[in-house]
Amino acid sequence: MPQDTLKVPELALILLIGSTGAGKSTFARRLFKATEIVSSDACRGMVADDENDQSASQDAFELLHYLVAKRLKRGLLTVVDATNVQESSRKALVALARQYHVLPVAVVLDVPDAVAQRRNDQRPERRHLGRHVIAGHRQQLRRSLRTLKQEGFRHIHHLRGVEEIDAVQTVLRDRLYNNRQQETGPFDIIGDVHGCYHELCTLLEQLGYQITEEPITDVRDLGVRVVAPLVDYQTSEGLDRNLATTGSLVPTTAVIGEGEAENVRRKAVFLGDLVDRGPASPQVLRLVMSMVRDGTALCVPGNHDIKLLRHLNGKKVTANHGLAETLAQLAPEPEAFKSQVRQFLDGLVSHYVLDGGKLVVAHAGLTEDMHGRGSGAVRAFALFGESTGEIDEFGLPVRYEWAREYRGRAVVAFGHTPVPDPEWLNNTIDLDTGCVFGGRLTALRYPERELVTVPAAQVYCEPVRPLNHKLLADSSQLLASSSKDQNEKLTANSSQLEAELDIRDVTGKQFIETRLMRGVTIREENAVAALEVMSRFALHPKWLLYLPPTMSPTETSALPDLLEHPAEALDYYRRLGVERVVCEEKHMGSRVVVVLGKDEAAITRRLGLTGEGIGKCYTRTGRNFFTDAALETAFMARLRDALTTAGFWEKFDTDWVCLDAELLPWSAKAQELVKNQYAAVAAAANFALPQAEATLAEAAARGLTGAAELLARTSARREAATDYAEAYRRYCWPVQSLSDLKLAPFHLLATEGRTYFERDHAWHMETLRGLALADPGLLRATPYRVVALNNPAETDAAITWWTDLTAAGGEGMVVKPYDFVPAGKGGLLQPALKCRGREYLRIIYGPDYLLPGNLERLRQRNVKAKRNLALREFALGVEGLERFVAREPLRRVHQCVFGVLALESEAVDPRL
Amino acid sequence: MLLTLSTTYQPATDLGYLLHKNPARLQSLEIAGGQAHIFYPEATAERCTAALLLELDPVGLVRGKDGSSGEGFALQQYVNDRPYVASSFFSAALSKAFNTAMNGTCKDKPGLPEQALPLTVKVAVVSAPGPDWPRRLFGPLGYDVQVESTPLDPTVPEWGNSRYHTLHLHHAGLRLQDVLTHLYVLLPVLDNDKHYYIGENEAEKLLHRGAGWLPQHPERDFITRRYLRNLAAYVNPTLERLLAGEETEEAAADPAPPATNEAGTTPAPEPAAVRVSLHDQRLEQVAQEIRQLGPKRVLDLGCGEGKLLRLLLKQPKIEHILGMDVSHQALTRAASRLHLDEMPPRQRARLDLIQGSLLYRDERLGGFDAAALVEVIEHLDENRLASLEAVVFGQARPAHVFVTSPNADYNQLFEKLHAGEFRHTNHRFEWTRAEFAAWAAGVAERHGYKVRLESMGEEVEGVGAPSQMAVFGA
Repeated sequence: MPQDTLKVPELALILLIGSTGAGKSTFARRLFKATEIVSSDACRGMVADDENDQSASQDAFELLHYLVAKRLKRGLLTVVDATNVQESSRKALVALARQYHVLPVAVVLDVPDAVAQRRNDQRPERRHLGRHVIAGHRQQLRRSLRTLKQEGFRHIHHLRGVEEIDAVQTVLRDRLYNNRQQETGPFDIIGDVHGCYHELCTLLEQLGYQITEEPITDVRDLGVRVVAPLVDYQTSEGLDRNLATTGSLVPTTAVIGEGEAENVRRKAVFLGDLVDRGPASPQVLRLVMSMVRDGTALCVPGNHDIKLLRHLNGKKVTANHGLAETLAQLAPEPEAFKSQVRQFLDGLVSHYVLDGGKLVVAHAGLTEDMHGRGSGAVRAFALFGESTGEIDEFGLPVRYEWAREYRGRAVVAFGHTPVPDPEWLNNTIDLDTGCVFGGRLTALRYPERELVTVPAAQVYCEPVRPLNHKLLADSSQLLASSSKDQNEKLTANSSQLEAELDIRDVTGKQFIETRLMRGVTIREENAVAALEVMSRFALHPKWLLYLPPTMSPTETSALPDLLEHPAEALDYYRRLGVERVVCEEKHMGSRVVVVLGKDEAAITRRLGLTGEGIGKCYTRTGRNFFTDAALETAFMARLRDALTTAGFWEKFDTDWVCLDAELLPWSAKAQELVKNQYAAVAAAANFALPQAEATLAEAAARGLTGAAELLARTSARREAATDYAEAYRRYCWPVQSLSDLKLAPFHLLATEGRTYFERDHAWHMETLRGLALADPGLLRATPYRVVALNNPAETDAAITWWTDLTAAGGEGMVVKPYDFVPAGKGGLLQPALKCRGREYLRIIYGPDYLLPGNLERLRQRNVKAKRNLALREFALGVEGLERFVAREPLRRVHQCVFGVLALESEAVDPRL
Repeated sequence: MLLTLSTTYQPATDLGYLLHKNPARLQSLEIAGGQAHIFYPEATAERCTAALLLELDPVGLVRGKDGSSGEGFALQQYVNDRPYVASSFFSAALSKAFNTAMNGTCKDKPGLPEQALPLTVKVAVVSAPGPDWPRRLFGPLGYDVQVESTPLDPTVPEWGNSRYHTLHLHHAGLRLQDVLTHLYVLLPVLDNDKHYYIGENEAEKLLHRGAGWLPQHPERDFITRRYLRNLAAYVNPTLERLLAGEETEEAAADPAPPATNEAGTTPAPEPAAVRVSLHDQRLEQVAQEIRQLGPKRVLDLGCGEGKLLRLLLKQPKIEHILGMDVSHQALTRAASRLHLDEMPPRQRARLDLIQGSLLYRDERLGGFDAAALVEVIEHLDENRLASLEAVVFGQARPAHVFVTSPNADYNQLFEKLHAGEFRHTNHRFEWTRAEFAAWAAGVAERHGYKVRLESMGEEVEGVGAPSQMAVFGA
């Protein structure tokens, strides 16, 4: 009875094998997506304009292999439509499958010669093929059938005759064993146990699992049952945080329905090496097997487990490295149990991809290209890792540090190599804390990223390579402190490695996924410019948590004598469905980001920087604001004291803060610019124009036609130059000491463990106003007002406020939607718009900008590019800071900061 | 910007014939960047004054240009002194407005152009590198030179005078053609900016306009350099052609003043002569050290414009050279200086230029026998040297590394350098010999290298040599 379904693994390289005329192309088209099929005929056509040009075969197959390789690399099922009857032609394809850790599958279409011949005869381009061709193919095919298995094909489907081929109606794609993406946990991932049953029970209980003994009534009973703890979404803030990092800023309840939430239980994940060296390997096996059977746990095998399996399978293995102890412990156990152990171990899958691809577990870790793949190499890597071929001073192989180069998005939890402390490195963590060697047994709570550890009751086995005893001595202290502190200590430990930035992370065309925008592209030429600025002028990347986005002005006002007016900004937000905005006075200062620690220890702990003071204040391009170290130190100390006075550290339960602010006066940074540029222009104008006027006056007195008009124009320019001088003179106050500087913070960006993007601007303004009260000599609260856009009285009042501010020489105001992350009809909205005053704009657009003929032309400016840039920079800025507070590696934060800097090199009219 | 030309030659109104402009009319013409107006504020037989007034369009000037943002000075092109200052716009207007006069022709009175006239000139305003420069440029040509200054901002007296001056020139008797030509060449030289692209014909223009007076001018180097905007490709051949046939006694003339802020370079207190030889000497010494090693693959980290690369290319035993710099512009210049485009294929295959930063791990830097960092580390903030160390010595791990840096002990010999100042404003630090040695020893120990220290340049008792080098090896 012919079968109507064909089962293949979901990720496979499927070779159709059959003579010409066997119906391979028809079969492929009928059962697979067109894009999944790579055909040798099509490749021949592409390189030779003729699908039957046999002389093009070599080039065609090179192309075919190239296409197959690209698809497999990207993890896509691929069907090769070629005769594939020769072993040599299959060999190259099997090698590709191996290279990309994809399972090779053979589907043999075996039709009688006559059928093939008849089909070829119906196709004019194949009519010339002699009978010998088909006969030859068939002969090779028959020979192939004997060797396919040893060539490496895991699945072989031999379809005999037209009837069997036509019977196949569907291809069933089997999920790979390692694909458990639908399981979202939460998980408790436990490192190498090595027979430490006592510690394992303690750890599980600490994690909230209930272990009960059960009477054994059947040979299959394991005598123990474990109940996993319920998930508590209310108290577990880590879950919230994780959802925020994975999805958006949606509240938890939107993701997990209330009814479901009640019954979700945690699940343990064992990273392998359950046995050997320790005192109670059979008990550990019993417990883990029971949990796996009940669905309370997952388990991946370790190299020790597999060695035990080989022994149980009757293979000859050397009973060293603790296997002898395990065998002795197993000896009194009933055969039924040993048989269960054998089956259990045999059924273990080398690694799992969990939680939608966001978590990978494997005993010895796994490089990104092996995640979710299946091959001998993947299994070997997951079990043993990779060694460099060198031997260390203890005679043990030096392990290749795959984690150092890991750049994947998925968290990889692994064990295998005992370490004194679990260290996050590039989103990977080694949880083997050497319990059996007298260290600890460690579990990682995922997604909370909390570590829970239990110290070893004793040293069960002396390690060949000593664990770091100094750190171990500290472990009791570590345990006494809260898990948050532990995490921090661990972060500091790993910061050295994670601090290394790789050129590949920033150069070339970059595509950065952000939570606010679906992907921000950084063009290569912009990265080129940013690399130089970042390397030569910016502060150490560890300081740069955030760069602020550029800010677009309003659309051009149509009012006479004005380029910008608040009406356009209010209209913009009203049009896009915003109900309330916050109008803030625009300070005449320099935009700065302040990163400040409560003390230097906080900076060392959180940023991994020592000897650089308690904080930095940097510009939009990452440069240090201060060039005078003494002034910087004094400024930072005074700011810290102000925050202390305000009770900030306690209130926000933090020892560092990141603020977005304006530092006044502008001349503190721009004194040279004011002198060399603005004052110089005014000096030249006010020197030259009166002389021109005097000469023109003489000519006008002579009655020359046109002289009077020219004189009037020149006088108007002279007056404009005078107004211009007034405009820049507001920025001339000299900065000699700390008391000349004022900081006006307007966003509280982040503190330990969190950002404040979900708070509205009124909250930010009020919170920071509270701070300003602590030291009014240093800090300035920004005047602001909340405006309901549907209330004409309020919008009119806001416009009047702007008019008054700018008439008094103020720079203008910034209009922000009430919500920090503003979503409107068109998706993400401009986070802020500036409306600058008429007088201030003189120094931006030049002395003559309001003169007849000039303003009309200047009105034709286009803010679109600037707004587009502002949105992308905003998305990157938020992303970088979120990554930082979530303790992602430096490179992930730096990528965003670098991206903002790169976008800033886009050619946009700087007057906007 | 205003120019007036007055004469008391009798009849003074002959000036109208000479300039080919009617004293009774105000004339306007289109020029690059705006309009020029020509008119006569006075025109009597006793005294006649012609005025050229430039009215540049500040909005039009910047239209169509790309603005680059990011740094504070990007607005410079939008708000600037161009409309008020005698610049290359002025020269262009001059040659357009007074073309016939500059060529020395006068249809109506053919003898007049050869006539030496008493002439008074006023230019409001010129931008000059210093108040003495108008005199240095116009004085040698026989003018009586007066300069009026103006404060940068009268409300901020401590800022002092601006760089703008009203220029008064008087000559007892000179052809109008000569006066116009002098103004045509020298006003843009004072201003030191050009509104157009400098091409080869700019040098031809200078030779043409300067014929007869520029070769003898004591400031001809300064004039040539500034007129050609310091473009070395044009300056040197032009200078040579200017001097062709000149006697060499001119060598005794004052050297050019220190090049301050020209072509965007930063003032370097190190005297020019010392700087050049010292730098070349350093490169030779490094190249020599590398030659002795006989490496196959060599890295030049911070290769700049490729001076060391050129020396390395001459060593045939080196199979591959990788030059890296953080500045894309420097790499472009290196490519052009080394004539990469015209290099024969085999030679070309030996050299690669890449943009990179020593603060980022970079696997392209792996597998080299030697690496040179000539005067590189002092351009980084000290707190970022750990990153450089990790990248170069930890990850790339060339078999040998040559690091050179200035010796701060030696700085006391530079008279213009105050204590605590660096030789170059781009230097973030300069180390004493002891500091350098300590750093080098630390690096060597942390990364399993041996290190030897060398001095570079002539040693002076007590302070050492100008530069120092650390040679790291296995």
